[in-house]
Amino acid sequence: MNRKTLAAAFPHTVPVLMGYLSIGTVFGWMLSAAGFAPTWAAVMSVSIYAGSGQYLGVDLLDKSAPLGDVAFLTLMINFRHLVYGLSMLEKFKGMGWRKLYMMFSLTDETYALLAGVEAPEGVNEKGFYFAIALLDHLYWIAGSLIGAAAGALITINTEGIDFAMTALFLVIAVEQWQSSARHVPAYLGAAGTLVCLFLFGAENGRFLIPALAILVGGLLLLRPWLEGGEGQ
Amino acid sequence: MTTAQIAASVAVMAVVTFLTRALPFLLFGRRGEPPKVVLYLGRFLPPAVIAMLIVYCYRGTSFAQLSAWAPGLIAGLAVVFLHLWKKNNMVSIVGGTILYMVLVQAVF
Repeated sequence: MNRKTLAAAFPHTVPVLMGYLSIGTVFGWMLSAAGFAPTWAAVMSVSIYAGSGQYLGVDLLDKSAPLGDVAFLTLMINFRHLVYGLSMLEKFKGMGWRKLYMMFSLTDETYALLAGVEAPEGVNEKGFYFAIALLDHLYWIAGSLIGAAAGALITINTEGIDFAMTALFLVIAVEQWQSSARHVPAYLGAAGTLVCLFLFGAENGRFLIPALAILVGGLLLLRPWLEGGEGQ
Repeated sequence: MTTAQIAASVAVMAVVTFLTRALPFLLFGRRGEPPKVVLYLGRFLPPAVIAMLIVYCYRGTSFAQLSAWAPGLIAGLAVVFLHLWKKNNMVSIVGGTILYMVLVQAVF
């Protein structure tokens, strides 16, 4: 990757720079408030690199969740990435060793950028995609470190900062709501999970396992109807 | 938690996250179209899962007294309102969180 490729990629990533610096800062601060050293913010942001996943990670680390629960909840929250990969199969072809990194770094924001951009004249398109992915990752790491350092240095009462996770999920829900004409999956998700919460209790997150079974089962039952309205 | 336990949790999160991103390439990279049912779930499951995770976030809400449920409800409505209005992730998340912190620390 050369300077020209980086210079071509950078302007496209500015919105993500703003977003990741702020969302990453909140993540680092939350992790700090939960009592973890700034090093962990860096380790998580380098190796996991997932916004909502890491917000959830703070919650899981904070309550020392068993590894099985960690795996299950991480899988749940990142399930949507499955769809991203499907639409990048063509784009990442022929990227050699960089393809591994492209798959690793396929966050919501990087996906959105890659789905919409084209490399300018004279710039290698694979190098251009790689530069976008790498820059976004660096912004995320930088934001996390700023937040973790701030949380360690500034001693204010941080009670309630964990609400940022709820806020992030609400934001994602609002965006999904607006981009889809079909709201039944969201209703099903809320209702099915509430039923399981009342049946199995809130002590640990395990009510999510029967809840997920209800959601998948319910969606499969609704498939003829949900897909039927798409035909026009 | 010991350092080893934290490291193990982080490693599990990293591996599972990578798998969710790499799986489509591993499964469908060489063959053509993925099964229709996978595409269907990939499209309609995420909104259901996000609704599920919101319920998860509110799982500990108690209705015993006002101070136990009002801050979460008010701040949650504020996030939705801010996002419908400004459509800016940072404004919605940071604004809602600061409101929540003020509510639990100073108001209720």
